[in-house]
Amino acid sequence: MALSLPAIMRTTAARLSALYLLLFALCAVLLVIYMTSLSARMLAAQTRETINEEVQGLDRAYRRGGLPVLVRVVEQRSRQPGANLYLIADANGRILTGNVESLAPGVLEIEGWTEQPFSYLRYGEVRAAESDGPSNVSLSEARHNAIALVSRLPNRMIVLVGRDLGEPERFRVVVRRALMFALGMMALGGLLIWYFVGRRALKRIDSVSEASARIMDGDLTGRLPVTGAGDEFDRLSENLNAMLIKIAGLNEGLKQVSDNIAHDLKTPLTRLRNRAEAALSGRPKAAGYREALEGTIAESDQLIRTFNAILMISRLEAGYSAEALSKVDLTAAMHDVVELYEPAAEELGVSLEATEAGSFTVDGNRELIGQALSNIVDNAIKYSAGATEKPAVVVTLTRADGEIRLCVADNGHGIPDGQDRERATERFVRLEQSRTQPGSGLGLSLAKAVMKFHGGRLDLLPADPGLSVVMSFPETR
Amino acid sequence: MKILVIEDDREAAVYLEKAFAEAGHTAHVAGDGETGFALADSGDYDVMVVDRLLPRRDGLSVIAGLRSRGNETPVLILSALGEVDDRVTGLRAGSDDYLTKPYAFSELLARVEVLNRRASAGQADTVYRAGDLELDRLSHTVKRAAREITLQPREFRLLEYLMRHAGQVVTRTMLLENVWDYHFDPQTNVIDVHISRLRGKIEKGFDKPILHTVRGAGYMLKAG
Repeated sequence: MALSLPAIMRTTAARLSALYLLLFALCAVLLVIYMTSLSARMLAAQTRETINEEVQGLDRAYRRGGLPVLVRVVEQRSRQPGANLYLIADANGRILTGNVESLAPGVLEIEGWTEQPFSYLRYGEVRAAESDGPSNVSLSEARHNAIALVSRLPNRMIVLVGRDLGEPERFRVVVRRALMFALGMMALGGLLIWYFVGRRALKRIDSVSEASARIMDGDLTGRLPVTGAGDEFDRLSENLNAMLIKIAGLNEGLKQVSDNIAHDLKTPLTRLRNRAEAALSGRPKAAGYREALEGTIAESDQLIRTFNAILMISRLEAGYSAEALSKVDLTAAMHDVVELYEPAAEELGVSLEATEAGSFTVDGNRELIGQALSNIVDNAIKYSAGATEKPAVVVTLTRADGEIRLCVADNGHGIPDGQDRERATERFVRLEQSRTQPGSGLGLSLAKAVMKFHGGRLDLLPADPGLSVVMSFPETR
Repeated sequence: MKILVIEDDREAAVYLEKAFAEAGHTAHVAGDGETGFALADSGDYDVMVVDRLLPRRDGLSVIAGLRSRGNETPVLILSALGEVDDRVTGLRAGSDDYLTKPYAFSELLARVEVLNRRASAGQADTVYRAGDLELDRLSHTVKRAAREITLQPREFRLLEYLMRHAGQVVTRTMLLENVWDYHFDPQTNVIDVHISRLRGKIEKGFDKPILHTVRGAGYMLKAG
């Protein structure tokens, strides 16, 4: 996988690695700065303390034996390896003894602690530097920085005790080097982590992308790779696969429906066309034309009805806006439909009754519930009429198992076969016994879609004799 | 009756113009929303028939615009969008009736005639009369030739609607919408059975029929 740098930086893994690297580096730098400043301060305090002690020692020596003793002590201490800075000068600042050959001008003029570190040259260093080569080492490079305490003896002579600052500087250099090393290691670590973790993740994602590209190209049977590691990528792939299975199912359903639509719309369209053709080909009288035209209108009305039902089902499945929902008095809705159908039932010799076990309200749409219930009641009346001596349809409204159930039971022949009962709510399915009855084959599908829209169910149960169709609504909280 | 039809489909508009003329009405046609709005704003129409999806300005905006200018001409929306929520948005925009395409012209004509503001001027009456039939909306009583007739509540509402529009054709869907408040199409002839029951109560024992069937359209309550 050859990627250019910008392409690499566009990947999440690389961005995260870079971000973390930057964050850690910043933390490390801050920490080091804090540590060095703290230790520098501690070192400075320690230096001052040492110098103070030295000055006190010299003071004691001076008091004990005057200037000669002081000079002797200073000369003695100056010769020790790694010694502090010692200097005795006369009142005018001319250096008499000590291990300092020259120092920055003005240092001796102010008594007390030097405010700023000053540069100086140790005794003997100039010659050593000159012997190396006159131009190689300049005088300023051989100088060191130091801080010192300047005090005057009672005879106005100047005594300076100081300490070289080389040590803290060396410490700083060491810390800086350690810091650079740590940062380098961090960068290396970040790269390694990105390479092993990020690249791996990238590879997995790429394989998912590739698989989904294949699926988009039309291979709906394709699935995303699952490695079995059980990590988040596997979970993602599994979920996407479940989604693909669902899409494939919906697709299959859609195909089936469009086949059915083609059949159910083409049949009446063909009849329509045949009727018009027949009217044209013969030599009918005006009445014949009239009859043909009326038949055409009736046929197209049936087509429109089928078409509307199909549209409505798909709209229901796509979901209506919440605007279409309100509180619906289910008891009243039931009585409205029963009252609407009662005279029609009576005309067919079917008794239609409604009973309820209380007053029930659901969140829904009265119009949709009314249409679903009227489709079911319409069916029940049609299929019980003439099936028995006393055909009866009973509509009951009850509450059970946390649901509100609206049940329409008839005592007709019912649908004995369980599989047929399941198929009855599918679109355009018209069971053998119903072929002779008028209808689009969409009534129960529409009722099912309405129930699904309301978050409920539509069940077809054997009533022995007959069929009971149950609309179950979830109880409103 | 003067009718304004705002419809962008030329063929449908011409057909409506001709059909309304045959029914004895004058129809003017506008082919887009802006023209329709200008015509409606300046002309004195009894009823407007407005398509929802129009070029230049959509039907709902035309209606809302007219209503905000104080124009209260009754409007019937004629639309291919016929779902539950489409109807709600249509009526909310200020229309008085909603008919879904494709439709039967007899249905449209009946609805437009019922919407006619001049014909429906006397809606506030408490007592409706048609020949010797009398319906009192306050006491909920119905009499024919001074003989009291007992009706079920729904039968009363059915008769009330028919009497309010006495002399006008009322279709089955109009009855279903106005008496039962349902906008779907019941597969069986449920309304016909209700009408024949009602007819039995208000015509049985009297010599003259009063509730007539209008073939291919619906029903009409008319005395004599």
